[in-house]
Amino acid sequence: MKPLLFTLKAEPDQRLDLSPLTPDRLVGRSAKEIEAIAIGTTRLPVKVGDVFKVKLGEATSVRFDGGSDRFDLLGAKLLPGFEIHVEGDVGAQLGRAAKGGTITVAGDAGPYAASQSAGANIDIYGDAGDFLGAPLAGEIPGMSGGRVIVRGSVGARAGDRLRRGIIIVEGDAGEDLGSRAIAGTIIVLGTAAGERIGYLNKRATIVLSEQRELGPTYVDCGAHNLGFAKLFAKSLAPESRGAARLLSSRLQRFAGDTAVFGKGEVLLPA
Amino acid sequence: MPQLIRKGIRIDESFAEAFPMTGSGVVVTAPTRKWAMQAATTMTGYATSVIGCDCEAGIDCELSPRETPDGRPGVRVLLFGFSPKSVEKALVNRIGQCVLTCPGSAVFSAFDGEAKIKVGDSMRQFGDKWQTSKAIDGRRYWRVPVMDGEFLVESSVGLTKKSVGGGNLLIMGEDWAKTMRATEAAVDAVHATPDAIAPFPGGVVRSGSKVGSKYKGMGASTNDAYCPTLRGATDSALDADIGCVLEIVIDGLTSDAVSAAMRAGIKAIVALGPKNGAKRVGAGNYGGKLGPFHYHLKDLV
Repeated sequence: MKPLLFTLKAEPDQRLDLSPLTPDRLVGRSAKEIEAIAIGTTRLPVKVGDVFKVKLGEATSVRFDGGSDRFDLLGAKLLPGFEIHVEGDVGAQLGRAAKGGTITVAGDAGPYAASQSAGANIDIYGDAGDFLGAPLAGEIPGMSGGRVIVRGSVGARAGDRLRRGIIIVEGDAGEDLGSRAIAGTIIVLGTAAGERIGYLNKRATIVLSEQRELGPTYVDCGAHNLGFAKLFAKSLAPESRGAARLLSSRLQRFAGDTAVFGKGEVLLPA
Repeated sequence: MPQLIRKGIRIDESFAEAFPMTGSGVVVTAPTRKWAMQAATTMTGYATSVIGCDCEAGIDCELSPRETPDGRPGVRVLLFGFSPKSVEKALVNRIGQCVLTCPGSAVFSAFDGEAKIKVGDSMRQFGDKWQTSKAIDGRRYWRVPVMDGEFLVESSVGLTKKSVGGGNLLIMGEDWAKTMRATEAAVDAVHATPDAIAPFPGGVVRSGSKVGSKYKGMGASTNDAYCPTLRGATDSALDADIGCVLEIVIDGLTSDAVSAAMRAGIKAIVALGPKNGAKRVGAGNYGGKLGPFHYHLKDLV
């Protein structure tokens, strides 16, 4: 059966809050009811019907034909077992606090993608903005589960306050990758910018694909074949062969950030 | 005793009486087959019978690198006890003393089961706060730093209360060599059966016991009815052509695994024939009142 389809009529003239349009919240609703849902964020009201053509379909799956960088909060609080596909770009806070499910975005994502996601599998085929997986201002933990794969590049502070789960960036990463990370795993196959990689990292693992200088609070622990990395490689092979190849190799372990806990690590190819 | 004849081998119309047990299992891997097997052999030592050991344990099968979670050679070990608590204690002690210590080893849960026992979770503190955990595909693993790198151990291991212990075959033959030939063939067949182990030395026990003793306070003593040297002196179960009896005891994760292992064992004995192998196959029971699982030999040929 085909998914529930939202076809974009024209570029929206304000930012949209698409958090009500997750499949788990649309189960059993008629097209008319869905078209009446308010998604505006300004004083001028906007309803789903104003922006999208709605075509009912399978209850567990939603598809957006056409995207925009004004599509905020898409897939927020998504539940396990449901899926969303966007044929285009999305705005800020993609998959915010999602509990599970699958989100795929064919285009780019804005800042705070996968913010506080707790278990969703999020696949972004374009680039993602700053603060991938990070908490919003005032919140303590960032992403706390699931898997995010960005096929393009990401902005600054990807994996900020990461608590659990895996972030894979197949392109390059901006400055301050894995800042304040609590635990979890971040893998970057391109180049990570800046000098403060894993700044104040407590227990997280950051894997980079090229040898480089790290900050003075990271201490060299030698090259090793790590068993857990092989498990990761096997698990990630179907989704990111590059990440699997990197994790299967011998890795140089730098423990840190010794400015805080020092139980985290940055792994580089030996 | 009424008997069936299969290819000249007499099969008693008797049954093996078995008991419910709690079972658990781990996959132990290492960089080489040798060290995976070493870890498995060490952790299944002194685990023949719950009468005198903390558990009954054995090697189920060897796994190729393709079949293990971390892509290294591995061995699947099964462990049985009378209660989840005793199984947990035995498993944690054995992994702590025999696998954690074994070079290159890593431990994974062998099956999911109805319940979990904490293995990595109770062993992680060996890392003295240097241990870290990783969750991969919904499973948690502990990385404990050790002198040859890292000991990787799954946080919890599956447990099932549907296990069965005490399936058995009594293999009777003319002399030791011939009986042993048939028994070894049967043990190989039992080993090839998934989810079943034969916990005694090499899978074989020669000191089968009966309930009770002439001595006060001894719960079990030698099964004199099956001792060939007492054939004339006691109420013997042995015929004139029997000079040696060996037993295979089988524990399985499920009742089906035990019956499959017994069936495979009998098939191997029958295939060998009476000339070079066993002359008669029987099974041990306590009259059927003690154990709820009965495996009738006539159903297994």
